[in-house]
Amino acid sequence: MEQKTLITSTNFNVFLAQKRLMASKCRKCGALFLPPRAICPTCWESELEWVELSGKGKLAAFTCISITPTWMAAAGYGRNNPYCSGIIQTTEGPKIACRIEGVDARDPESIKIGTLVEVDIRERTQGDKKIPYLAFKVA
Amino acid sequence: MAKQGKLGRGVAIVGAGMSKFGAFNDKISRDLFVEAFQDMKASVDKGFDPNDIQCLYVSAFSPELFEMQAHLAPIMANAVGLVHKPATRIEGACASGALAMRQGMMAIASGLCDMVLIGGVEKMSNLATEQVQDTLAAAGDTAYEAPTGFTFPGLYAALATAHMARYGTKVEDFMRIAIKNHNNGALNPKGQFNQSIRQIMDARKKKCAEKGQYCIDYKVEMDFLNDAAANPVVAWPLRLFDCSPITDGAACLLLVAEEIARDFTDKPIHIIGSGQASDYPQHEREDMTTIKAVRLAAQEAYEMAGVKPADIQVTEVHDCFTSAEILAMEDLGYFKPGTAVRAVEEGVTARDGAKPINTSGGLKSKGHPVGATGLAQTMEIFKQLRGEAGGRQLPGKNLRLGLTHSVGATGATSAIHIYERR
Ligand SMILES: [Zn+2]
Repeated sequence: MEQKTLITSTNFNVFLAQKRLMASKCRKCGALFLPPRAICPTCWESELEWVELSGKGKLAAFTCISITPTWMAAAGYGRNNPYCSGIIQTTEGPKIACRIEGVDARDPESIKIGTLVEVDIRERTQGDKKIPYLAFKVA
Repeated sequence: MAKQGKLGRGVAIVGAGMSKFGAFNDKISRDLFVEAFQDMKASVDKGFDPNDIQCLYVSAFSPELFEMQAHLAPIMANAVGLVHKPATRIEGACASGALAMRQGMMAIASGLCDMVLIGGVEKMSNLATEQVQDTLAAAGDTAYEAPTGFTFPGLYAALATAHMARYGTKVEDFMRIAIKNHNNGALNPKGQFNQSIRQIMDARKKKCAEKGQYCIDYKVEMDFLNDAAANPVVAWPLRLFDCSPITDGAACLLLVAEEIARDFTDKPIHIIGSGQASDYPQHEREDMTTIKAVRLAAQEAYEMAGVKPADIQVTEVHDCFTSAEILAMEDLGYFKPGTAVRAVEEGVTARDGAKPINTSGGLKSKGHPVGATGLAQTMEIFKQLRGEAGGRQLPGKNLRLGLTHSVGATGATSAIHIYERR
């Protein structure tokens, strides 16, 4: 099934809704891409396939956000309730942006780069829709 | 496929102007653009006939979201009396102005035009702060970054944490950049703040005292900046005074072919180097303590100009956040990775230092109307090299080489320009 699923960000989110963190892999050189790419920029191979990642990684960069976008403000975040967003380096190599759970966003100095994390895909409600989002939590 | 890396013919700036930067609820984009055009027109020493302008490049980031106005270029052309001239909008997020100037250079270098107007504008203050966050986040990767809650300050904050972890950079290192840029901006009457942090802090203390409220006795700027009430966190480790403000403003440049430049002024400023590169969205980058596109664009500009980082005497960098100025200084090759903060601490980048940076006050103090920013940076170099920067003019008579550094989002678009007074 994966082989026939087009490599698009929409399909990445379809997998996310199934609680699966999927990357794309070049069949020629074996390079792994997260976010998934449809074309390998090294060998220009366009026959890439979906592969599921282990969901393990470490924190590469982060921030605790107090001045939020409108939709996060609507969800109750803000000056008195900051949240942590970060960038994870997966065990397999590539990096991706995500929410960081299981940390104290009010005490950013307690959060350390290099901390081991594991995938924890969540969803938020927007109107009557459930939207999955990528999150990692402290392992 | 080697590129030549040279301009077909030389290009010079003969006029530069800007509107006052700030928050103006009685002005829309075109009003700001007209103000900048008039200021530019007045700056051309020997005058010029606006009818001789052959085309315009207009830089604006997101008038669609800020003002519900798309298709800005012909409207700006019309506003300044150039209704039938070819007018083209250029967008590269916060680097839009630098890209518009580069397009204008290419129009002249190709031989297609002899005189080109470059004008940048952004009218940001109509929206509430959270809506501005939504709009600026659109310059990031909306498929993968924005849905995880990343704001624009948040992306620069993440760069900051990576730099802190690798090099031991401290929040006080960021604060020192804000202090320096506000010191410079206090001497820039067109800037949004036009106040040093000490002046802001003293005004706050005075206001407190007048109201009979308890006020913290800030001894030095760092006390004030470390006070969470006075300087709240926006996206840790970045606080309010690490962030450039929400600004309305416009800036204009007049570019001409080098061979006719002296018809307009005896002090043309030549653009001798130009480089542009693109990059991954931030989260895909291998190293988050440097911006590769800036390094590539800088290399291209240095090679075209035939100069080295050490030769540059005056620089405007894109300090949308204080952490961005640190990366800029290192990526331009001014200081080795991890050492720029020491140079700042020692005053090397202050106005009286050996490597002055952001004499205008930078985006931090002067303000950051996104589409106008790159052109206002160029205007500062134009003024400094011509000895016309007023109270903030750099000492020493032999200023010859300047540089501007512009990045869109966190550097996915990067453009570097080098300027020479001959
Ligand atoms: Zn490949």
